[in-house]
Amino acid sequence: MYLNVEKRKTQEKCDITFPWFGMDIGGTLVKLVYFEPKDITAEEEQEEVENLKSIRRYLTSNTAYGKTGIRDVHLELQDLTLCGRTGNLHFIRFPTHDLPAFLQMGRNKHFSSLHTTLCATGGGAYKFEADFRTMADLQLHKLDELDCLIRGVLYIDSVVSSGPSECYYFENPTDPDRCIQRPYTLENPYPLLLVNIGSGVSILAVYSESNYKRVTGTSLGGGTFLGLCCLLTGCSTFEEALEMASQGESTRVDKLVRDIYGGDYERFGLPGWAVASSFGNMMSKDKRESVSKEDLARATLVTITNNIGSITRMCALNENIERVVFVGNFLRVNTLSMKLLAYAMDYWSKGQLKALFLQHEGYFGAVGALLELLHPS
Amino acid sequence: MDKSITLPPDEIFRNLENAKRFAIDIGGSLTKLAYYSTVQHKVAKVRSFDHTTKEATGDNLYEISVQEEVTARLHFIKFENAYIETCLDFVKDHLVNTETKVIKATGGGAHKFKELIERKLGLKVDKEDEMTCLIKGCNFVLRNIPHEAFVYAKHADSEFRFQTTQPDIFPYLLVNIGSGVSIVKVESEDKFERIGGSSIGGGTFWGLGALLTKTKRFDELLQLASKGQHTSVDMLVKDIYGGSYGSLGLTGDLIASSFGKSATADKEFSKEDMAKSLLHMISNDIGQLACLYAKLHNLSRVYFGGFFIRGHPVTMHTITYSINFFTKGEVQALFLRHEGYLGAIGAFLKGAEEDNPNQYSWGENYAGSSGLMSVSPDMNPMQRARSGTFDMLEMDRLEGKLVNLPLLQDASSYIPDTVDLTEDAHAREYWLYCFEEALDGVVKRAVASQPDMPEAAERAEKFRQKYRHKLQTLRHQPFAYGSLTVRSLLDTREHCLNEFNFPDPYSKIKQRENDMALKYYQKAVKCLDELSWEERQYALVRVELMDVICPVSSLVDCLLCSAGRPWLVDSYDQWFERLKGPPHKCAMFFVDNSGVDIILGVMPFVRELLSRGTEVVLASNSGPALNDVTNGELQILTESIAAMDPVIQAGLREDRLTLVQSGSSSPCLDLSRLDKVLAMVVRERKTDLVIIEGMGRAIHTNYYAMLRCESLKMAVIKNSWLADRLGGKLFSVVFKYEVPAPSQHSAALTPS
Repeated sequence: MYLNVEKRKTQEKCDITFPWFGMDIGGTLVKLVYFEPKDITAEEEQEEVENLKSIRRYLTSNTAYGKTGIRDVHLELQDLTLCGRTGNLHFIRFPTHDLPAFLQMGRNKHFSSLHTTLCATGGGAYKFEADFRTMADLQLHKLDELDCLIRGVLYIDSVVSSGPSECYYFENPTDPDRCIQRPYTLENPYPLLLVNIGSGVSILAVYSESNYKRVTGTSLGGGTFLGLCCLLTGCSTFEEALEMASQGESTRVDKLVRDIYGGDYERFGLPGWAVASSFGNMMSKDKRESVSKEDLARATLVTITNNIGSITRMCALNENIERVVFVGNFLRVNTLSMKLLAYAMDYWSKGQLKALFLQHEGYFGAVGALLELLHPS
Repeated sequence: MDKSITLPPDEIFRNLENAKRFAIDIGGSLTKLAYYSTVQHKVAKVRSFDHTTKEATGDNLYEISVQEEVTARLHFIKFENAYIETCLDFVKDHLVNTETKVIKATGGGAHKFKELIERKLGLKVDKEDEMTCLIKGCNFVLRNIPHEAFVYAKHADSEFRFQTTQPDIFPYLLVNIGSGVSIVKVESEDKFERIGGSSIGGGTFWGLGALLTKTKRFDELLQLASKGQHTSVDMLVKDIYGGSYGSLGLTGDLIASSFGKSATADKEFSKEDMAKSLLHMISNDIGQLACLYAKLHNLSRVYFGGFFIRGHPVTMHTITYSINFFTKGEVQALFLRHEGYLGAIGAFLKGAEEDNPNQYSWGENYAGSSGLMSVSPDMNPMQRARSGTFDMLEMDRLEGKLVNLPLLQDASSYIPDTVDLTEDAHAREYWLYCFEEALDGVVKRAVASQPDMPEAAERAEKFRQKYRHKLQTLRHQPFAYGSLTVRSLLDTREHCLNEFNFPDPYSKIKQRENDMALKYYQKAVKCLDELSWEERQYALVRVELMDVICPVSSLVDCLLCSAGRPWLVDSYDQWFERLKGPPHKCAMFFVDNSGVDIILGVMPFVRELLSRGTEVVLASNSGPALNDVTNGELQILTESIAAMDPVIQAGLREDRLTLVQSGSSSPCLDLSRLDKVLAMVVRERKTDLVIIEGMGRAIHTNYYAMLRCESLKMAVIKNSWLADRLGGKLFSVVFKYEVPAPSQHSAALTPS
C-alpha cells in the first residue's frame, strides 16, 4: 500500500499524554475522534488517574451519549498503531447545539484536570473557544479546518487496510440496475478535487499533501437540504428527512425537460428526463396541492445534490482535474445522493470524471485535528 | 380570459392597416406580439426651381414640398397573457390588407395558444426554436439600439449605467433565467451553443417560494423578498465561526449554508425572511455557475435575461452582487433594456429573412416606445394607470447601414454625449425644465410651418401632450431610453414631431434665411479676399462663429476685432500656425445650421480650404432637425453658390468638393452611427482633418471625442446655463483644435 508521509509520521513515537482527542465543530455537527489505547501496561493502568479511566470507559462502553450523541461503531478502526501505541479509533458525533451539554459533561468529569491540549477545528473552535474556557476550563488549540480535512483524508486512506475499503466508487453509475459500490485504491491521488459537503460546501483542489487551494464553495449544502425539508415537511432530523426522501418522487415536484418539450430537447442534447426547473411544477397551484411531503423531501435532496454536482463538475473542468472525492456528513447514510453524484459526474462529463467516496465521510477534520495533536505540522 | 377590457387602440397596436409579417412570443405570463408595418410619413423635400419659371415665384431659391414617404417600422407590443384573446380580436378586426399567411411563434406558451391564434387570426402558427429566437433578438438589439445594455448599481446615484455599443458584439455569454437556467455562448450571428445550464432558476424561486410562503404570484414573492432579512434563516460564516474565516478571506456576513438556521422544527420564520433567503440562494447559485462558465470559456461579457430578471431591480441587484463576489469584480453582470422582447424580435426576424432586416440599421423610435420600467408600478404609478400593462417598442428602418467614423481613436470607448443627465441630477433638472419651457415655442412653430392645413393646430396639440408626457416620464425615469442626454431630449422631440406629421417645422424659416444669406455671399467673399492672408484666416474663424449678419460697412472691423480673446477654449494660435504648414489632404466638415451659418460661415471657410489645395467633404443631415441644413437643401445652396463663385464651382467640377449625408436626422452627432457612404468617402479620400461646428455637434456631443486625425471643434455657447457650467459667459467661444499627438493636446475643459 502507498505509504504516505502522514502514515510515516504517525508511526514515530511521541510522548503526548492521554487522552487523545481530535474535534471538529461544524455549523451543524460536532465530530469527535477518540483514540483508545489497547496496549496499556499494568504499570500504566495503575498510574492512570481515575478521571481518565472514567472518560475512557464512558466513551468506549456506550454507543450513545446523552440524548443526541452517537458513536458510529461501524467506522471504528481497530488495532491501529499511532505514535507507537496500538488501539482503537472511535468516531463520535453530536449536534453543535448540544455543545453546552458536552461542556457540562467535561466539567462534571473534571476533564481539565488531565491537562491535555484539546485540538479542535471547524468554525466552532473559534466561536466557542471562550465557552470551552469558562464552562469547562479547557484551552483549545485551534486548527484550520481545511488543513485538518486534507490531513485526515490522506491519513485514513493510508491506514485502512482491512475491512471495507476506505475509498469506493459506483460502477455503472448511469444504469440503476447494475450500479454497484466498488472499492477504489486511491494510489497517486493527486491532483484531486475534494468536495466537503457539510452545512455548506467547500471545494478544494489538492495537488499534494501540503499544496491545496479552496477553489470555491456554495451555501447550498447539507444545511440547506435539512433546513428546507424542515420548512416544507415539518421534519426535524436529517434521518427523518432522508427517510422521507427515499419514499418520495421528485418528478412530481420538478419540471423536467420532457414536461416542456414533450421529450428530449435535441437541439441542445438535453435528455427528456433531465430536470429543467427544480420545483418548477410547484408554480402551479393544483400541483402544489397534489404532492406529498415525501415528494418534496426527495426533490429537495435531488436539487441540492445535482447542484453540488454541477458546480463540482465546472470546477473540475476549470482546474483540469478528473478525480473527485466527496466527503462530509451530508453523505452519511445517503446512498441516494452518492449515486446521484456518481451519475451526474459520469453522465455530464461523458465518463471523464470519476466520483469517489470515503467510508469515514464526515470525520476527516476531526482526524486531522487529532494528528495535529500528535505531530504538529 | 378578461374580455371586458377595452384597448386604447391608437396608442397600442399602431399601424395595423399596413401590418405584415407577424410573430408572437408567449411566455409564462407575458405575450409579446411583433409585426412589421410601413409608415407613410410626411417628409419635407426641397427642389430647385426651374430657371424658366423662376420669375413667377418671387425671391425663393427653392421650393419646399411635403411629400409622402414610406418607411419601414417594427412594432413590438408586450401585454399580459390574460389579454391575448382581446388583443387577437383587435388585431383581426384591424388587419386590412395583408397577404400574410403565417405567424411565427416562440416561447413556452406558443403551444398552448396555437389553436386560439390560428382560429382568431386565420394565420398558420409556425413554431420557431426558443433559444434561436432569443439569440437572434439579442444580437439585433445589441447592434441596433445604442445604450441597450446596462450595469445595475442599486446604491449608485443612477442605478442604470448604460454601456456604449461595441463595434463588435461577439463573443458573449447569455444567461437566460426562465423557469430553469440556460447558459449560451454566442460567437457570431449564426453560431451559438448552449454550454450549460441549471435547474435552479426562476421556477425554483417561484415554486419553492409558493410552497414556503403560500404566496402565489411571482411579483408578490419578489415583494416579500425585498422586505425580508435573510440572516434569520441563513447560517452565516459568523454563525459558525463567531466572526470571519480570516485565512480564506470569507467575511462573517457571508452565507455559509442557505436555510441553515431553519433546520429546526420548533421555530417560525417570516414569509419575508424565507423569500429573501431563497432569492439570495438562487441568485448566488446562478451567479456562481455563470462565472464558472465565463471563466471556462474565457468570456467577459455576460448578459442576463429571462423572466427572473425582467425589469426587477431586486433580482438585478442580487445577480449583480453575486457576479461581483464570485469574479472579484472582473466580470460585470449586464442587463438589457429590451430583454423581454428578444424572443419576439428573433421570431420576427426568422420570418422576415427575405426582407433582409439585418442589412439595414434600425433605430429606436422614442415617440412610439414605452421605455424601460414603463410598466413597473413601483417606478411609475402614473404610467401604469394610463396605459394598463402594455409596453411598446418601435424601431424605424434607417436609410442604410450605419457605421463608425473610421477616424475615431477608439470606437469601443467613444461616447458621443458630453454630459450624462442620468448621472448629473442638477443638469437633468435644468435641461428638462428648459425643454418644457421651450415647448410652447416649438408648438407655435410647428403650426406656423403648415399654414395651409387647418388641422395642424390639433396635431400640434397632440404633439405637445406626447412630448410633455415623455418629459414627465424622463423626470421620473431618466434611464427610460438609455442614458438621458441633451441629444436624446432633442431626438425624442424630433421623433414626436414626426409622429404628428410635422416633418420640418423650420422649413420656411430655413428657406427665408438661406435666401437672405445668399444675397450677402459675394460681398462677404469680396471683403474677405481683400484682407491679408493672416487677417483672412482669423476673419474666417470669426465669421464662422458669428452667425449674425453685420452691416457690410462694419464687417471688416467686426471680423478683425480681437476683443474677447482668449476665448473660453482658444487654440486659434495653434491652428494658425498649422495653416502655415502644408495643406490638409481632405477635410470632413460636419455642418450645422442653415442660413448665415452655412452660407456666410462655412462656405467661405470651404473656399479657403479648397484654395489651399485641400479637398472638402460637407456632411449634412439626411433628414431635417431644427434649423439644421439638410443634405437636400445644401445641394441646392451649393449649386447656387457655385454659380456665383468660380472657386466653389471648380471644386464641384473637379470633385474636390463633395456633399454627403450623415445618415442622421438629429441636431447632435453620433460619430458611431454614420452613413456607410460617408465612412467610405473618409477612407477613400484619406481624410486628415475633421471639422465639427455648432453647439449640438461640438458641445453637447463630441466635445471629448478623440480622433486619429486633426480636428477642429467650433461653437458659440448660446445658453447661459451651459456657458456658466463650462466656466464662461453667454456667447463664449469654443475653438478647439486638436492634434492626436499626446504632447499637443489642448487643455481639457472640465465642467466645474
